[in-house]
Amino acid sequence: MKDTTQSAGPVIEARGVGLTFATSDGPVHALKDVTLTISKGEFVSFIGPSGCGKTTFLRAIAALETPTEGRLTVNGMTPDQARRSRAYGYVFQAAGLLPWRTIAGNIRLPLEIMGFSRAEQVERVKNVLQLVDLEGFGRKFPWQLSGGMQQRASIARALAFDADLMLMDEPFGALDEIVRDHLNEELLKLWARTGKTIGFVTHSIPEAVYLSTRIVVMSPRPGRITDIIESPLPRDRPLDIRDSKAFIEVAHRVREGLRAGRSDEE
Amino acid sequence: MKSALPVVSVVAVIIALWYAGSVWLNSPWVYDQAARAGQQVSLPDVLVATMQQDRPVLPAPHQVIKGLYDGITGQAITSKRSLVYHAWVTLSGTMFGFVIGTLMGIALAVGIVHNKAMDLSVMPWAIASQMIPIIAIAPMLAVVMNSLGAQPIVTKAIISAYLSFFPVVVGMVKGLRSPDQMQLDLLRTYNAGQGTTFWALRLPASVPYLFTSLKVGIAAALVGAIVGELNQAAGIGARLLSGSYYGQTVQIWAALFMAATMAAVLVMAIGRLEGVTLRRMGMAR
Repeated sequence: MKDTTQSAGPVIEARGVGLTFATSDGPVHALKDVTLTISKGEFVSFIGPSGCGKTTFLRAIAALETPTEGRLTVNGMTPDQARRSRAYGYVFQAAGLLPWRTIAGNIRLPLEIMGFSRAEQVERVKNVLQLVDLEGFGRKFPWQLSGGMQQRASIARALAFDADLMLMDEPFGALDEIVRDHLNEELLKLWARTGKTIGFVTHSIPEAVYLSTRIVVMSPRPGRITDIIESPLPRDRPLDIRDSKAFIEVAHRVREGLRAGRSDEE
Repeated sequence: MKSALPVVSVVAVIIALWYAGSVWLNSPWVYDQAARAGQQVSLPDVLVATMQQDRPVLPAPHQVIKGLYDGITGQAITSKRSLVYHAWVTLSGTMFGFVIGTLMGIALAVGIVHNKAMDLSVMPWAIASQMIPIIAIAPMLAVVMNSLGAQPIVTKAIISAYLSFFPVVVGMVKGLRSPDQMQLDLLRTYNAGQGTTFWALRLPASVPYLFTSLKVGIAAALVGAIVGELNQAAGIGARLLSGSYYGQTVQIWAALFMAATMAAVLVMAIGRLEGVTLRRMGMAR
């Protein structure tokens, strides 16, 4: 399945992407002139205030929104073709587990839809449950799990069919700080183990800096990229790296970028 | 025990008011009779007399209970005088119509959710259909069905279905639309089609709504069957009408209580089914 010429090229390539919503108050420029290339194995965070288009951009990659300008490709295909070929796993802000399915049943859902064999479904569910540290919870129903565990299950669901690209829209936004720290750590381990490409939307500066190899700072009206920061941090990151000088410097630059985006609006 | 006390006190108050009502409504007849016979009656005599008339304006509770008891156990349950027989006739028509109505309601809801034209056109008609008093349609339907040589149960079932499809349509449309945008987007990322989305997401999500509708629907189906029986030979409805023709008020009240009990049992049965289903689906905590 994996074409060598494809995996050599960028996973996501955006050239002058714009997206305008027509509303009753006139057009809203959700995205304007977004140009960005994401290569295989990168962990790219999108950060910015609400209305900056970070979620819209992620949804455009997933073909849940359609850009009105520019060119956007995923694995060299149009986003819609990529969606049809099930190129990505998407994790939403809420876990959104189906309450009438067990945790294993929820993780099995994409596998059933995509027509995996029974035996393979069982095998994959077992593997991803292990990957997100939820072994033994497969037969529980979602309401029997804490919010953090539910979100882990939803990540397992996105991992189950083994897409190379993970799109995560503020997956930990609704969780408390302690659970969030833990899940961030787990996510980094998972990323290191699976080598996936991750697009991650957040509004938390420490989260973005801790997780990413690259941080895309965005600002609203119109939604656009104001800064792209390459992280100098090593790939292997213990939690206490957040007290290091390098970390604080990156966080500072992100904050500056966010401030700049705001000031030229005023 | 704590919860029994309020229930018992409410029932006691209702029964007391009912007895008072019987005395009040039945006493003129006692005074009338006495005046005709040129006798004086004492108050205690009046009280006793109001509670044991053959055709009271308002039968006393114990008379209704006796009527119910006689109707149920007084004869073989296959007898035309047995309330069990009439209840069965009504129940079979109710269930027949309820099943048709439910299937029709679900089918319409599926159509409304998936088809824009149906969404815009069917709902107003469904609402309009419920604005027509059923008592106006029943006789016309009876005439038509009779001339077609249909069984009485079919006529009844059509009226039951007519009344019970509506709550099912309304509930199921809401239920099938209950998945939020995020869940729909999720299935879209799996490249799931409309059919898959229906079976995997919309239908299971609509189950709690369906049961709420079924509870309303089955009570409506029972009312429909009874109305349908008003010009038929057997059933609770026929029993009500013959009772009112011959001034058999006890018979009317006994039939009414039978109908109310049936409705309660049917709604409770659906409730039980709901509990079991939702528990199995993991949606009841």
